[in-house]
Amino acid sequence: MAFLELNDVEKSYATNPVLRGITLHVAKHQVVCLIGASGCGKSTLLRCVNALEDIQGGDIRLDGDVVSGEGIDVNSLRRKVGIVFQSFNLFPHMTVLQNVTLSPIRVLGVPRADAEKQAIALLTRVGLAEKADAYPDQLSGGQQQRVAIVRALAMNPEVLLLDEITSALDPELVAEVLNIVRDLAADGLTILMATHEMSFAREVADTVAYIHEGTVLEQGPPADIFGAPQHERTQAFLKKIIEAGRL
Amino acid sequence: MTLKTPPVARPLGVAQPSPVGTARTLLLAGVLLCLLTVGMTGFAAYLTITVAETGVWKTALGAATLVVVVLALLTARPLISGFRQQVASTTAAEAGDLVSARKFRARAAQSGWTALGSCLPLMFIATFTMFLLANDHAVQTTFFDAQFMAQSVGDVTVAFGENIKIALLAEAFVLVWALVIALARLAPSKAGRPLRWLATAYVDVFRAIPSIIVIYLVGFGLPLAGVPILSEMGPMWSAVLALTLTYGAYVAEVYRAGIEGIHWSQVSAARSLGLSYGKTMRHVIVPQAVRKVTPPLLNDFIGLQKDTALVTIIGTVDAFTQAKMYSSNYFNLSSVTVVAILFIIITIPQTRFVDRLLERDARRQLSKG
Ligand SMILES: Nc1ncnc2c1ncn2[C@@H]1O[C@H](COP(=O)(O)OP(=O)(O)OP(=O)(O)O)[C@@H](O)[C@H]1O
Ligand SMILES: [Mg+2]
Repeated sequence: MAFLELNDVEKSYATNPVLRGITLHVAKHQVVCLIGASGCGKSTLLRCVNALEDIQGGDIRLDGDVVSGEGIDVNSLRRKVGIVFQSFNLFPHMTVLQNVTLSPIRVLGVPRADAEKQAIALLTRVGLAEKADAYPDQLSGGQQQRVAIVRALAMNPEVLLLDEITSALDPELVAEVLNIVRDLAADGLTILMATHEMSFAREVADTVAYIHEGTVLEQGPPADIFGAPQHERTQAFLKKIIEAGRL
Repeated sequence: MTLKTPPVARPLGVAQPSPVGTARTLLLAGVLLCLLTVGMTGFAAYLTITVAETGVWKTALGAATLVVVVLALLTARPLISGFRQQVASTTAAEAGDLVSARKFRARAAQSGWTALGSCLPLMFIATFTMFLLANDHAVQTTFFDAQFMAQSVGDVTVAFGENIKIALLAEAFVLVWALVIALARLAPSKAGRPLRWLATAYVDVFRAIPSIIVIYLVGFGLPLAGVPILSEMGPMWSAVLALTLTYGAYVAEVYRAGIEGIHWSQVSAARSLGLSYGKTMRHVIVPQAVRKVTPPLLNDFIGLQKDTALVTIIGTVDAFTQAKMYSSNYFNLSSVTVVAILFIIITIPQTRFVDRLLERDARRQLSKG
């Protein structure tokens, strides 16, 4: 049984169906990359896993337990599942250190001193220890995104969701963020990520899933998906990506 | 890049130069206004020196109006330089140097506008002085009787302490109370609906009632009804309660706008870290909203401070009450002018401060692009 399971998940906004029966399994310590055209539902899928959106059909299970639908404890789910957004969403009125320690202190009840020690350790790991007292608007996009990753990691999540975390970055800043993800993957963190960075997906993913109009059209090891895509639409999508020089 | 454009038939020869024009009319208008200003200020100065009360006012006003006359005369300076530029422009135009002609004409016009601009405030001052001195300086003695002002200023200022006390207490309560109302208006989900209705009704009602009515009803009504505790709190606390009720409704709306102005992605980010709705509000949304709404909030507080003068109707001895006692004893309103001046003194620094905050925010917005 996979660690994170989506079974036939359906989601619509008002009358507009966005996810139409997504089935996807993520084993522990695996990296699964979601690829697909803009608007196919990648962000929505990730937000559903984190219970930021309700789903209307199917279920989501974490470690065997159903974590979607009525009556679930969203706050305890979110302690186990971290998410990092495309637009960083740091809290602008807090320093980097306060951003990172907010939820360990307020949600987990970690003593401030311990939370700060852990935060500094994580910041050191991503090379931002000296920015601990800076405010988000004093940082570059890449630095902000690294802080956002650290903020999610500070909760010791069992699964990390990454939603196109490099899409809002200038090209020269992409590598510094992806390097961290690569590190985390190597450490065995379970990661489900939406991305447009195909070469990164090819290198790091255990499984790549091609999403089309709210369904998983095709999934498998990156070598298969990128090397010999079965489905016509996947082929067309990858052809466009190659034409754009991104693979 | 070279673009091949088909040759267009265009009449050969010189491009028509744009006409230079002249600033003469403007300068003439300036001269007329300047003369008028000098006349008016001169007359005002004459009135001041001959008519005004003797003593402090005579010396002070006399000196002040003389300064104004001098300033009026000084407006001739830009006019003179304007005429020089105009002459230079005409000469240049005749010599065929259109570029210089235009430049000098522009400078002449600039000087003309400068002169006109300086005349207007001076004329205003002259008019105001004449108003003060009208009817054998009756206006001045009624509103600005120096001796009487000096006599009442001590007591009035002490009583003004009561206004400040009421304002500060009410402001402290408003800060908290309004936030409670705002959060109730934004209470989430179906369970929060009755709370939302209640808060909305409160805001609607108290924004509709004039604060003087609320003060009157609270100050007289509660004791009359003999409500326990509330009826024994005295006029000062009645005033604080009434102003808190009224301004709580206004400031709640200010808070609400601030909270709603925070981008929803901040809520997503906070909730995704496991923070509950309450903690998200407390640590993430409200602190950002409060920063944003400080300028409008301070504006409402300035309004509140001024409304403390209304408590006079329920018999609180504030500055206005004190000043009215003086004025009815002496048939002179200068003590009330003292109250006005006190309010001006405390309010202007605050409005400047709000302006500064707004400027700072505008700059931040700009620098963020
Ligand atoms: N809050 C919302 N309300 C209504 N429709 C929405 C909402 N959020 C997303 N959608 C719709 O759902 C569909 C999927 O959006 P989603 O953001 O999941 O796409 P995506 O795959 O992440 O695209 P991108 O690569 O551009 O980020 C889109 O058609 C979008 O218009
Ligand atoms: Mg997206």
